[in-house]
Amino acid sequence: MDKELHLTKKADEFLQIFKKGEEFTQELLKENEKLRFKLAQLEDAVDRCGDEAKVKLYEDRIRTTEDELKSLKDRYRQVEEENKDFAVKYIEVEEENNNLANLYVASYQLHSTLDFNEVLKIVLEIVINLIGAERFAVLLIEEKTNELVPVATEGMSIANIPKVKFGEGIIGTVAKEGESYFSEHVQGRGNGSEEDPIVSIPLKIKEHVIGVIAIYSLLAQKEKFSNIDYELFNLLAGHAATAIFSSKLYTQSERKLTTIQSFLDLLKEKPRR
Amino acid sequence: MPNILVVEDSPTMRQLISFAMKRISNSKVIEATDGVDALKKLSSEKVDLILADINMPVMDGLKLVSLVRGNPSYKNIPVIIITTEGAEEDKKKAIAIGANAYLPKPIQTQELIKLVNTFISG
Repeated sequence: MDKELHLTKKADEFLQIFKKGEEFTQELLKENEKLRFKLAQLEDAVDRCGDEAKVKLYEDRIRTTEDELKSLKDRYRQVEEENKDFAVKYIEVEEENNNLANLYVASYQLHSTLDFNEVLKIVLEIVINLIGAERFAVLLIEEKTNELVPVATEGMSIANIPKVKFGEGIIGTVAKEGESYFSEHVQGRGNGSEEDPIVSIPLKIKEHVIGVIAIYSLLAQKEKFSNIDYELFNLLAGHAATAIFSSKLYTQSERKLTTIQSFLDLLKEKPRR
Repeated sequence: MPNILVVEDSPTMRQLISFAMKRISNSKVIEATDGVDALKKLSSEKVDLILADINMPVMDGLKLVSLVRGNPSYKNIPVIIITTEGAEEDKKKAIAIGANAYLPKPIQTQELIKLVNTFISG
């Protein structure tokens, strides 16, 4: 009986232990479930955290690229402006270059000869071809009579150009005062009469006036004077005057030399008895 | 290297045009004082373009153009007329005779270079 009782007690104890083991196992399973859930949550959070970092990185990159693009666009605009400036300057330099070439050629030609008539021809060529005058005359001062006498003309007969008293009319005043005259009606071709030129340029050696170039009309296609024309007028005023004056002196001295030479030859001849 | 024949009786204009033509890279300028001189130069040198004045002694520019157009050896050479005659009828006359272009004096160097380039670079 005691033995039976002992066995029953042992069985109860075993059942108790088994139940406790069962409870413990169930608790462990629950705990495991909770941990799995937390792990899943953490993994998800880690993934999400990685995406945000990437987005932030990309946003930073986009911002940097946008800044660079803006800076490049600004630089491009700046270079474009500079380019425009250079293009304008290039055109100006080209124009200046061409003008200098014109002035060089005019000056070179004026001093290329000591023949008076050739110099006059070159003056006419410059006024026709470089300035674009249609009708004009070159008048020189005759010291003896104090008059301006026409020595060369273009587009008009020399006989139609009257002599002008020094200090009288437009041409005479220009010769006296040594200042260029430009008519107010110089825009357009102009059709000045022999006493009323549209442009009058004094031919000066320093302050000494030796003559005047009087322009009465311009070529049909010449609408107005440009800057280079005024430069050419200045050049003509000085260089043409020097060229005309020196060629005139040279021609006179050549003539005198021939006369003296003839006289010497005559003296060298043995006197006839 | 394009050879450009400048036909002009005025030494001033010849020098000025030659100066301008030197600005066109590799071009060589051949100068002639009138139409007859130009025909001589054409027979002895290869010419790619002719720049000619109208008013010249011995033989004028218009006569030169008509002779150039009538000669099988030169008929294809482009000719630019440079002259003081600015009237529209003068221009029409020059073109009718066979000139390719017409430039009135006083010439603008940049305009001349631009015009010459259209014939020698094309």
